Amino acid sequence: MEKNGVRINCELLVIGGSSGSLDVVLKFLSNIKKEITFAIAVVLHRKTSADSTLLELLTARSVVPVREIEDKDIILPGMVYLAPPDYHLLFEKKHSFALDDSEKINYSRPSIDVTFESAAEAYTYSAIAILLSGSNADGTDGLKAIHERGGITVVQRPDTATFPYMPKQAILHAQVDYLMSVEEMIELINDH
Amino acid sequence: MVHDEEVEILVSDLFEWHGYDFTGYSKASLKRRLNRIYILDNFPSFAEFRYKLKSDPSYLKHLVEEITVNVTEMFRDPHFYKTLVEEVIPSLGTKPFIRIWHAGCSTGEEVFSMAILLKEANLLDKSLIYATDINPNVLEKARKGIFPLSQMKQYSENYMASGGKQDFSSYYTANYDRVKFSESFTTRMIFSTHNLVCDSSFNEFDLILCRNVLIYFDIPLQNRVFDLFDASLSSLSYLALGSKETIKFSEINGNYKQIGKEKIWRKMV
Repeated sequence: MEKNGVRINCELLVIGGSSGSLDVVLKFLSNIKKEITFAIAVVLHRKTSADSTLLELLTARSVVPVREIEDKDIILPGMVYLAPPDYHLLFEKKHSFALDDSEKINYSRPSIDVTFESAAEAYTYSAIAILLSGSNADGTDGLKAIHERGGITVVQRPDTATFPYMPKQAILHAQVDYLMSVEEMIELINDH
Repeated sequence: MVHDEEVEILVSDLFEWHGYDFTGYSKASLKRRLNRIYILDNFPSFAEFRYKLKSDPSYLKHLVEEITVNVTEMFRDPHFYKTLVEEVIPSLGTKPFIRIWHAGCSTGEEVFSMAILLKEANLLDKSLIYATDINPNVLEKARKGIFPLSQMKQYSENYMASGGKQDFSSYYTANYDRVKFSESFTTRMIFSTHNLVCDSSFNEFDLILCRNVLIYFDIPLQNRVFDLFDASLSSLSYLALGSKETIKFSEINGNYKQIGKEKIWRKMV
């Protein structure tokens, strides 16, 4: 993948979504190639209940192994990591996860902004962030941070999103490198 | 923005000037907390932030409180409490006297949850809950047993999902927008400041609860705390952690057996 003509070596792909994003995530994870050389972290706004349905769904559909994150888990390439409900997901510089149960941001915990901002800090230009459907402004500030640190920002094309508000906010306020449908995102990642 | 090197400077300042040791805190989270305070309080520069911390003791107190997260709720993770009721409390009941340590109890919501469950098992009268936190202000709140009325609907639902069988509202009296929990609970609680980073063991316990505190610590500091807990747990006693925390990276792991899938371990030696 290229940015300003320079080839980017992605170490982390972080995906944020809210209402209407689950189908997109499922489609994405079931169509990417198995041999990914980076880790994928998925942050979805979800109910705080401890049900494991989401993990089971992702596990059933993803072509790469899925794990719900626990404190201090080491980040390995070729894995999909799901942010647990009721915690913010952060990254340590040594590439392990950190969880944080502080105040909600944008009425959300996990908040996409928090995770994107932390990914920008820890991975700088080797991070790619994808923002999907949702009816909340979460994620926009996070994309700004990813862009500022030289990472790549991808936003779901609003006309393909069930809830276009979240992508639209990002387009209005952040620098978006790729505006794409889910099919195009799959192609982008598989060509990487 | 406060940068990485500046975080290191503040950590060393806080220790040197005031004796607070945040060296073993998770860097990602600590940096986020410091930046949040820096932005909220509108500092024009890092130098001014640093000067304020050096010269204004009340601001320092504010900062320490803000760094340490105090988000909590009653019967947080009801399935966890259900397991306590079904697997742990019956075993505690066989003891002549029950000592529980709730480390990092914040404003006490989970301490009261525990006390309610002990009362329902008819064990509260022979129990003593030591509730500690680094932050004296939250302990002051916890000691009063007063919580916002607006939270009670959620707490009542959590309580029922935990297997609670009584009328939850019978445990408190409402007054305007707040409720006060019965003093029959507070008489079985001892509140005290305790810093897991540097303080030592102070008793032997049958159950230690430390929920969502260790996520803020790095692995070396977690190990220190696990050793402290291990030294404070008698044989066949229990250690309960937050829903995403684990003892698997620790040296004490081999001596403990997990209770099902919950974050509760029993000391087997």
